[in-house]
Amino acid sequence: MNGIHDMGGMHGFGPIELEANEPVFHETWEGRVYGISRAMTRPDGFNGDLGRYTREIMPPDLYLRSSYYERWLWGFEWALLHFGSMTLDELKAGEGSKAASPRNDALTADQVSATISHKMPSDRAIDTKAGYAVGDRVRAKNLNPSHHTRLPRYARGKTGTVRLHHGAHVLPDSHAQGQGENPEHLYTVAFTAKELWGEDASPRDLVMLDLWESYLEPV
Amino acid sequence: MADHHHHQHLPSDPALRVKALETVLTEKGLIDPAAIDAAIDAYEHKVGPHRGARVVARAWSDQDFKRRLLEDATRACDEMGSVGAQGSHIVAVENGPKIHNLVVCTLCSCYPWPLLGLPPAWYKSFAYRSRAVIEPRSVLAEFGLELDDDVEIQVWDSTAEIRYLVIPQRPEGTDGLEPDALAALVTRDSMIGTGRALQPEAKP
Repeated sequence: MNGIHDMGGMHGFGPIELEANEPVFHETWEGRVYGISRAMTRPDGFNGDLGRYTREIMPPDLYLRSSYYERWLWGFEWALLHFGSMTLDELKAGEGSKAASPRNDALTADQVSATISHKMPSDRAIDTKAGYAVGDRVRAKNLNPSHHTRLPRYARGKTGTVRLHHGAHVLPDSHAQGQGENPEHLYTVAFTAKELWGEDASPRDLVMLDLWESYLEPV
Repeated sequence: MADHHHHQHLPSDPALRVKALETVLTEKGLIDPAAIDAAIDAYEHKVGPHRGARVVARAWSDQDFKRRLLEDATRACDEMGSVGAQGSHIVAVENGPKIHNLVVCTLCSCYPWPLLGLPPAWYKSFAYRSRAVIEPRSVLAEFGLELDDDVEIQVWDSTAEIRYLVIPQRPEGTDGLEPDALAALVTRDSMIGTGRALQPEAKP
């Protein structure tokens, strides 16, 4: 979706604020949000791609004035309400309905370290042959889906060169919509800064993006 | 079914909202608060840039490992126990005298957690996400890195589940240093591409 999250190339956000000896979490509640993301039993249909999408559908003015973990919090609230894990009345009251019988299969503290080192590969074996090879010239299609995608606006319609081929990976556009993994070949495509940003850009610099087969067309 | 304005019915203070969310999840048996504590502890105390630094220091001292790292970083990092959540597919990119790599995620905040821990606030900031791809040289200058015009910058925008690790240039005057001493020179920022490895004398 053409959302506010798609920020590559925007102007106006000012200098980068650096903080020496930065803590991992600035506020106690930020750690709780992060810990909830790692420890909660996710509703069926919730996956990492959908998690990103939940933050993209925040109203753009709210996105801009929210801190990083406020955006995560908003996304979890949205997803848990959307999938019916809880009701807005329960969230407002800060207590669950007494009638429901609780589950007993939540992740325990001693299982957490295993989840941290647990790989969740997104590559999949598929029968379809790769349409492109390293060195091929390709163009990113001018796609403007209203749903989740990982093709940023700044690369659409631009021509680049395939730098790496990663095999086939789960397609986020499909996965985030609950339409299955639909894996496609994934490539790192190198675009010159001049192709992306015009004549005033550095003649040497490149920007690499990881792009799925259906984002690309041959040149 | 949720609309996109549920927040209007909830407190604006995120601390209160998280408390409510955690309480409801706990009452429904969807979370164990002790597991939240364990996840916080892991990323505050166990998973951090020292892991990536060990990988880089080994690459500096072991040419065979470096070759394996550049060929298949996922497998090479797996050898060192440094893969996992948000780091299931890793690609290592090497800086040199005429090439400088810089990693960003313009769309969200993708970052190699098993190698570097959780990202600093600046990496997740709107300023870094918006500017790194269009004006990497002025971004690097704000980090104190002035690159000559003949250095090629390669910016890696992490749009998939591939996570990028920059191998910074090995500083001069580090011949003969053991991997542990080398690892102490490898900063978090040098593995993102917004810094260089420390000089041995500049080591804090």
